[in-house]
Amino acid sequence: MFSFCEDPSTLETFRWFACYLTNGVHMLFYQSFLVVFALLAVAAPLALTFGFLAATASRSRIAPARWVGKGYTSMVRGIPDIVFFLFFVLVLDQGIEYIRHLITCPDWDEPIRQGANFLVCDQARTPQGNAPQWIHETYNFALAVFTYAIVFGAFCGNVLYGAMNAVPRPQMETAAAYGMSGRQIFWRVLVPQMWIYALPGLSNIWMILIKATPLLFLLGIEDIVYWAREIGGSRNSRFAYPHPDWRFWYFLGLLIFYLGFTKVSEIVLSRLTRRLSRGQASAAGAAA
Amino acid sequence: MKKIILTTTALAFTAGMAFADGHSVVRMGTEGAYPPYNFINDDGEVDGLERALGDELCARAELTCEWVTNEWDSIIPNLTSGNYDTIIAGMSITDERDEVIDFTQPYIPPAASLFMGMDEGLEMDGATIAAQTGTIQAGYLAEQEGVTLIEFATPDETVAAVRNGEADAVFADNDFLTQIADEDADLSIILEPVPLGGGVGMGLREGDELIAAFDAAITSMKEDGTLNALLIEWFGEDTQTW
Repeated sequence: MFSFCEDPSTLETFRWFACYLTNGVHMLFYQSFLVVFALLAVAAPLALTFGFLAATASRSRIAPARWVGKGYTSMVRGIPDIVFFLFFVLVLDQGIEYIRHLITCPDWDEPIRQGANFLVCDQARTPQGNAPQWIHETYNFALAVFTYAIVFGAFCGNVLYGAMNAVPRPQMETAAAYGMSGRQIFWRVLVPQMWIYALPGLSNIWMILIKATPLLFLLGIEDIVYWAREIGGSRNSRFAYPHPDWRFWYFLGLLIFYLGFTKVSEIVLSRLTRRLSRGQASAAGAAA
Repeated sequence: MKKIILTTTALAFTAGMAFADGHSVVRMGTEGAYPPYNFINDDGEVDGLERALGDELCARAELTCEWVTNEWDSIIPNLTSGNYDTIIAGMSITDERDEVIDFTQPYIPPAASLFMGMDEGLEMDGATIAAQTGTIQAGYLAEQEGVTLIEFATPDETVAAVRNGEADAVFADNDFLTQIADEDADLSIILEPVPLGGGVGMGLREGDELIAAFDAAITSMKEDGTLNALLIEWFGEDTQTW
């Protein structure tokens, strides 16, 4: 990066670090922070949508919709999230390949499951074996985002269901007495008022989501944990910047990053709570 | 928000289809954590003996190749399920692996595996020895009586375990350990070398036509001496050559 980085072995400490911290692998390390932010930016709204749909379905008058909604949200209560992640990524990946396999290769006669292997015909492989690397990476990332959305959607569903029930019942009855339809009551009375009840729970989920981002590493995505381990490991003179085992410092850096990130989130969320509480018949609103 | 859902699902479902044609690329799978065989260099690219060798083999076989890294412990399942087309990751040819995948002829001659530790007078009996999961070295240690085997996911962690005293020694390939021992005053090669494995070859899916192409390229590199030159360049003068 800097002009004096030509021969790192001759540099004094400050310049050595200036060069070291701006070399190619570190640039990839910094970029991987964007991967984490991208995950949050897509997975959070997606999860909220899933949660909203699940909560709405759980309150439905149609029994099967209620079963689906409740079944989905109650998954969170009994299953550890790490099991969810490993399971859903496999299910999505194999499910997509299996469906494409049925469509593209109807006369395939070999079994798809052979021992530990899941073998579909070449045309059904997703992404195609000969596709460029960035497609493979994007596909894996998309699977991961979708999995986060499913898992955290169930958490959100639980919270939103509770929030919908917390809106005082007389308000809905009053609305009905004024002649509003069920749909109108839902969108104009229930939904605008439930957010304040949902917010503490949703902020909690947001914090858990931030803290769950290192699971990307488990799903084989090159995230900040991957690079911290990769770069922090000891490097001999084969490398331009040899150093002993520095994983301690890299993981310490991640720790500080996550602590800072959750702290900033906390500040923003508490402001949002104050803003949404105005004029509401909740404890915070009544006091304000 | 609807748009985001649509884009995400659309991406998931069509990523493969859109690029089904064209791009005849051979994906070379490696670990990227085993210097000097293969590692990620300071620019973030795959480097090492196997990078140099693989690029030359692809050039000779007239193939377009692309490098991919994968964790060692899932490197074979991800080959068989088609995530990449070859394994070129310092993998020794063994009968056990040969049942699941096919190998080319070896490009690194069979070499003895070594122990590295801090105590010159260490005895095998009662020792705690580190090895990487799923390697022939871990398989060998598991069969030895009186040895406690501790396994790690990456080669670097096996060496770190010796440095911090968790293990008495690490058991791994010759050329990986000697270069570390050369530079670290505390660590030295100890105990007796153990000959293991039938040399290092490229792994491919069973019955893949690419095997013949890579075999021919390896033969031509053995014949004109370029393979030996590469081995000496990366492993040093003392290494075994063809």
